[in-house]
Amino acid sequence: MSSHSARHTKTYILLALMVMCGSVGDVILGSGMKQVGEITAFTPAAIGTFLASVFTHPTVLLAIGALIAYFICYCLLLSWADFSFVLPSSALTYVLVPLLARFWLHEEVKALRWAGIGCIFLGVMLVGFTPHTTTGQKAAAGAERG
Amino acid sequence: MRTAFFVFLVVTTGTLGEISLTHAMKRIGEVHQFTPMAVLRAMGRAFQQGWMWLAFALMALSFFAMLELLTREDVSFVIPATAASYAVGALGAKFLLHEQVSRTRWLGVLLVSFGVALVWLGK
Repeated sequence: MSSHSARHTKTYILLALMVMCGSVGDVILGSGMKQVGEITAFTPAAIGTFLASVFTHPTVLLAIGALIAYFICYCLLLSWADFSFVLPSSALTYVLVPLLARFWLHEEVKALRWAGIGCIFLGVMLVGFTPHTTTGQKAAAGAERG
Repeated sequence: MRTAFFVFLVVTTGTLGEISLTHAMKRIGEVHQFTPMAVLRAMGRAFQQGWMWLAFALMALSFFAMLELLTREDVSFVIPATAASYAVGALGAKFLLHEQVSRTRWLGVLLVSFGVALVWLGK
């Protein structure tokens, strides 16, 4: 496998992992926080008790783990891929979250939201057709010329 | 006026934070190995970069500005308004990180911004 196609492969694998961790993290965080329940009083003691129940809830901890994994994938991708490639691609979480909410949590998703999902998907596809990294290419071209 | 200022603050500090994060990661160089130890080492090197801490400070500022906005405005207004971050991010990538943002990528970024706004308006 050439270094170009190896980079291509690792970009897409890490991107898929990032979007999956981000989406699953968001959905289970929402589910976990609902299980913890609404905060009803805002005294220091009540806030302390609330935070303790949040940070000891297994679903919330799982969500935090998934969101940390999302952040690590995002950072690793940025070590070689363009920011203007990774940032719009990360919006795929907006596609996956409503899908998970619809089919996993059985929430209703409105038509306008489906239209938005379509736009994001199309936008990410277009960004996906562009080179993952342009600053490195420029440097490489400069090195060849030099 | 106050709302417009805070939307501006959320978008600019958030974008500058992400650009600092990108700069920090570019400085440590491309990560080739993905074993848990290699990833930990790469993240450790990233956290030794001042740019990484600047990124956290800017993103924290953006987050608190967002919280301030959410105390007064509906989330269905705030998120679509801040969806401009994608377009501002592409501008930052072009002028600060010197990335080549082609017309295709611009079109994709604008579609994503528009789509994010629609997703939240449809909530």
